[in-house]
Amino acid sequence: MSARGQATRTAAGRRSRDGGRERAMVPPGEPRSYYGEPILAQPVWTPEIPAYFFVGGLTGATAPLTLIASLRGNDVLARRAAAIVLAGSLASPVLLISDLGRPSRFLNMLRMFKVTSPMSVGSWILGSFGATAALSGARELLGLLPRGGRAAQGAGALLGPLLSTYTGALIAQTAVPAWHEARRELPFVFAAGSLSSAGAMAQLITPYERAAPARRMAVVGSVAELLAIRAMDRRLGPLGEPYHSGRVGIVARAAEILTGAGGAIVATAPRARRRRAAVAKTGAAALLAAALLERSAIFRAGFASAGDPRYTVGPQRERVRERARGGADGTGGRV
Amino acid sequence: MSDAPLEVRTYGGEAKPRVGFFTDTSVCIGCKACEVACKEWNRVPEDGLEHSGWSMDNSRGLGADTWRHVAFVEQRRPVSVADGIPDTLVQHTARRELADDLGELRWLMSSDVCKHCTHAACLEVCPTGALFRTEFGTVVVQEDVCNGCGYCVPACPFGVLDKREEDGRVWKCTLCYDRLGAGQEPACAQACPTDSIQFGELGELRERAHERVRELQAAGEPGAQLYLDDPGDGIGGAGAFFLLLDDPEVYGLPPDPVDTTRDLGTTWRATLAAAGALLAGVVACAVGGCR
Repeated sequence: MSARGQATRTAAGRRSRDGGRERAMVPPGEPRSYYGEPILAQPVWTPEIPAYFFVGGLTGATAPLTLIASLRGNDVLARRAAAIVLAGSLASPVLLISDLGRPSRFLNMLRMFKVTSPMSVGSWILGSFGATAALSGARELLGLLPRGGRAAQGAGALLGPLLSTYTGALIAQTAVPAWHEARRELPFVFAAGSLSSAGAMAQLITPYERAAPARRMAVVGSVAELLAIRAMDRRLGPLGEPYHSGRVGIVARAAEILTGAGGAIVATAPRARRRRAAVAKTGAAALLAAALLERSAIFRAGFASAGDPRYTVGPQRERVRERARGGADGTGGRV
Repeated sequence: MSDAPLEVRTYGGEAKPRVGFFTDTSVCIGCKACEVACKEWNRVPEDGLEHSGWSMDNSRGLGADTWRHVAFVEQRRPVSVADGIPDTLVQHTARRELADDLGELRWLMSSDVCKHCTHAACLEVCPTGALFRTEFGTVVVQEDVCNGCGYCVPACPFGVLDKREEDGRVWKCTLCYDRLGAGQEPACAQACPTDSIQFGELGELRERAHERVRELQAAGEPGAQLYLDDPGDGIGGAGAFFLLLDDPEVYGLPPDPVDTTRDLGTTWRATLAAAGALLAGVVACAVGGCR
């Protein structure tokens, strides 16, 4: 069978959208399985987790905005950004702890620091980010600690983007094909969604005249998000099917449409003259909804990917076949 | 013990030879004594006895409350009824009738368990350190540390770990850590009446397994294959490995499992690059004018 033939057939046997790609993840024909039972266990995470991906992402991307707005004397925007960061860093641990099977043991997250566990690294990022958020909030909102607050804002501006993106690493470091095979793109998808939603949230609560930086973030973020999603799609090929089928597919499509529409609306708001504030805020609301839907689509797609043995067995069986073919070269063809 | 997992070496003088299971499925009779012994010894809660309807399987797969699972595979394929000894006409006819009655059905049975991987993804991603490597080279959850974050559940390439809902923590096979400490073999291996589940030092088990698979292949069982015995595979070889009579996926096992930790560098590099891009994006957007 030709490489082309392999690539054009998706796991479910329908034609994939990018027909001519040479890399086949799921070979044609039904992979064998144990009565169709999944190989992987379904994740046990609750909807608090995609909600946290959204809130944490937005919060992290707002931290550098706080610093720059404050440095440039845009106090109106800086105060609101600091408030968003503070609220987000209070809400994030609540969402995470409520997902734990033993919430009273949440402090065990800081029992060690493990670079092999993005959740461990993320716990430390979130913990230290929270401290910077408190100090930054004290500076902008209460006028306390002008110097300490500024230093904390600097640290927060560096930690924030890590807070926004480590969650991509978190789900990528699992055996779930739709997540793990997208490990190069997921952090960018989350970064872009964070940029657009942070911009959207800040301009939603900031007077139009002072919110231009936030509007630019919303527009740039929405474009980046559409591009990052596309890149992830191409990488996954047939393994990306769970992102496009069933209810997840509807949610992902809605997210994509809202992202494009929201970005376009915000971009055209200045031309709306007297109603420009209302128009910009409408676009912002669309972008916030889009980012939340996008995170839930990615989250739910992982469940579908883990739940179908074809996605697990197909690429693995293909690797075994490839090794058998390349076995003569002495390396065993191991990757 | 230079090939011992890194964590075992940290035990210094207290490190023990690595132990594990060799499950020879060619002699499994599907009696489920292992499942029962495991449940009894480890006080694993009852989680329903529902027949799957597709075969004699009534526990369906490993989970928080099923640490040994006996898979039953029914295959329609020509079954050889001759054993090499010339038959009388009567014997030949009787055998033929038997084969016809059975519809040439083959049963594959296999007792599945946690693989106690050399490179264990569950252990690597566990943020609390609840999952740890014992002095025997096995992988165990410390139930007084686990906070039920659930990260190990999708990280395991075999789908072994799961959360016990009413309890909130994850549970899996401990390779009877308590019994090992007392010099006993795990309950499942002790209960197995056909020695399909063999417990012992890993090196010794591997030798025995290689001999057995050669025997079976010579006896005309071309599908006989060892699974997870190779230290060069994606999980560095398993502490619990298998002799199978068909491809692993037929038993519900992944044909080429990998510990995703080997891709950690790629993932973190992408994350740092994305964080850098995000920071640059915010700066570029925010330094412009206010209008």
